Amino acid sequence: MKSKYALRFVALGYLALLLGIPVVLVFVNAFQDGVGAAWEAVTTPEAQHAFFLTMVMVGVAVPLNTIFGVLAALAIVRQRFRGRALLNAMVDLPFAVSPVVVGLALLLVYGRRDGWVGEWFAEHGIQVIFSTPGMILATIFVSLPFVVREVIPVLREIGTEQEQAAATLGAGGFQTFFRVTLPAIRWGVAYGIVLTTARALGEYGAVSVVSGKLSGQTETATLFVENRFQRFDETGAYAASVVLALLALVTLLAMNVLKPKEAQG
Amino acid sequence: MSIVVDSVSKRFGNFVALNDVSLEVRDGSLTALLGPSGGGKSTLLRVIAGLEQPDSGKVLIAGEDATFKPPQRRNVGFVFQHYAAFKHMTVSKNVAFGLTIRKRPKEEIEARVDELLKLVHLDGFAHRYPSQLSGGQRQRMALARALAVQPRVLLLDEPFGALDATVRKELRLWLRRLHDEVHVTTVFVTHDQAEAMEVAEQIVVLNRGDIEQIGSPRDLYEKPSNEFVMRFVGPVSELAGQWIRPHDVEILVEPTGGAAEAQVDRIVHLGFEVRVELSLGDGESTWVQATRAKVEELELTEGQIVWLRPEAEPVSV
Amino acid sequence: MTYLSIVALIPLAAVVARSLDGGMDSFWNSITSPQAVAALRITLIASVIVVVINALAGTLIAWVLVRDDFPGKGIVNSLIDLPFALPTIVAGLTLLAFYGPDSPVGINLAFTKASIVLALLFVTLPFVVRAVQPVLLELDTEMEQAAESLGASKRTVFLRIVLPNLTPAIIAGGGLAFARAVGEFGSLVLITGNIPFDTQAASVFIYSQVESDNSVGAAAVSVVLLLVALVVLLIFGWFSKRALRHEE
Repeated sequence: MKSKYALRFVALGYLALLLGIPVVLVFVNAFQDGVGAAWEAVTTPEAQHAFFLTMVMVGVAVPLNTIFGVLAALAIVRQRFRGRALLNAMVDLPFAVSPVVVGLALLLVYGRRDGWVGEWFAEHGIQVIFSTPGMILATIFVSLPFVVREVIPVLREIGTEQEQAAATLGAGGFQTFFRVTLPAIRWGVAYGIVLTTARALGEYGAVSVVSGKLSGQTETATLFVENRFQRFDETGAYAASVVLALLALVTLLAMNVLKPKEAQG
Repeated sequence: MSIVVDSVSKRFGNFVALNDVSLEVRDGSLTALLGPSGGGKSTLLRVIAGLEQPDSGKVLIAGEDATFKPPQRRNVGFVFQHYAAFKHMTVSKNVAFGLTIRKRPKEEIEARVDELLKLVHLDGFAHRYPSQLSGGQRQRMALARALAVQPRVLLLDEPFGALDATVRKELRLWLRRLHDEVHVTTVFVTHDQAEAMEVAEQIVVLNRGDIEQIGSPRDLYEKPSNEFVMRFVGPVSELAGQWIRPHDVEILVEPTGGAAEAQVDRIVHLGFEVRVELSLGDGESTWVQATRAKVEELELTEGQIVWLRPEAEPVSV
Repeated sequence: MTYLSIVALIPLAAVVARSLDGGMDSFWNSITSPQAVAALRITLIASVIVVVINALAGTLIAWVLVRDDFPGKGIVNSLIDLPFALPTIVAGLTLLAFYGPDSPVGINLAFTKASIVLALLFVTLPFVVRAVQPVLLELDTEMEQAAESLGASKRTVFLRIVLPNLTPAIIAGGGLAFARAVGEFGSLVLITGNIPFDTQAASVFIYSQVESDNSVGAAAVSVVLLLVALVVLLIFGWFSKRALRHEE
């Protein structure tokens, strides 16, 4: 019995020191000069633009990765083709790559000066690096695997019987997908979308490399936090962090609602 | 070693699992705890093993009070319905576990494991993993594992419950024979009356936390102490307001004083046994278990009117 | 596949190609420059420490979340995922608030090597917990009872029955945590100070090389990081599978 309380104490103490107390302090620090100061800090034109840009990242990366994720999962689970195992392995690659390396990689392909295709884009008046398209690409890269990873196990579990039943009842490929498959995997897709959104909202390293960090132009919310902090505007940094932390808490809530039952403690 | 359970009660929240239960198990006997699920039989077994603590009452093993001893120090062998195989260990490591943690010499362990694997007919499977065994083999391994530490008593919780019908029957006979060889005091839980009758010397019928009756299989069948036991240990029919075994009803083709008039609805041939379904004058239906020879002798046909009366000295409550 | 190529594969190929732009010699020189070696070394050492602490703390937390019961357990359980949901730059700032120069309890770890470990512990917290938790939930408690009835003490039951069954999950979670730790960037930027030869981690070193236009050097160290992450994932995956081979 005594050992039970000791284990509980150590586990909760570890979590409090690593997670709980520091997160609470962020809120305390953000409001140290009053709620008004914090509100002002996150409603300056720069801050507003930073949050707007983050929303653009999410708005483009999440739908694209969702469509890709569902298609890739279907291909990996339901089709037999050469390179299926390779695709399966490659999808996880972004998990193993440092965000900074992602940024560097995009720089080397799309960079105007020494990228493989940067010059071609520049000639056609499209600036990828140090601009929004590059930042979107970076966001897509880092948040790529989530939907695929969540949908694959669900697809495996539902099996093909329902789809075959639909086919024997005369449903075509598209009808079967939209009326049978998609409704069956919708919670897996939703969970994947939540994870993708969280990652897209919070990406820093990769975006940082390709953004050029032009305040008010290519600065996302996470870059804004760093920028404010480096300029000794602690209230600004902590206030923006509070906004991002609140978004993270909303994400957690959504994850808990959508989480597959067996994964819950 | 003998087991004495003295006025044991156990509740789980509002649910009364055991209500002041007392019981004696003789040294070297083979006892079945029989009853419907939720009747308290598994709880009783787990209390004896020390896997549950009773709210009140005592448990004595070999005459000494074991009520507050942890399971580690009771020296009982316990076999679970779902085998509880250590799936990360080979069969021989599973069987050796109790001896290994007692730090017995290696040669002794090896010899004992060999002997036990032969006893449970698993020699040749020593280096397999539980996942490579069938259900029946896994349960025999679990039994060998429990026997390895030479327990004072062997407790089995629905040991054949997860196996299919053929394997069940086989293992029943085998457990009986094993007990004749090892003579360890054995208590097993089952909800299957046929299994209890076939294997046990003594049967304890438990229902809703109470002991309904304790007795030999024959006692229970022939002298059930109440309607619950009568219905639980064998088939029953109703005749003239009393419960009676369907093979204790006599069918007469002529009206006789004291016999009830009935019409034959259906005759079902089940091999040697024939099931005759009838409706009585008051509209109630009943059935009689007869032999094929008897039905042929009486030349029974469906729709015929017959008369029913209990045989001499019927079992009834 | 095309989408995957445009977004991920071709750019990664570009990194490998660039790292070899100056030939093998230049690649070798880049990754053996004293500053690169120092950055790689501190990253690997910190990652190993972090995986070991995670294996212990993560298993303990999973155990408490599954086997213990206390008010607020549900909330604690959901908060475990917070490091996944929280932007890494915010994670760094969060740790700085408590363990930085303005620490309310006077513990200032900012700009020390310990701050690297701290930041990596924060961002990798969920991996082992989330890997072990479902296995512990599914674990057949009758196995533990069987061991107890055979005379095993609580300690023996844990070491001989529970732990071997959790090992594959601990290894798998540890592998993911390691891969994440070697590449981590955002949470390190603010708290470590990025002092070359001291607290500068490999990812931060790459960043500084990109900033100073040494893309060949940056690419070379990137390739090393990529290889380390892939090899670790493969090895840990192999161990985890090997330990699972007898399960149904």
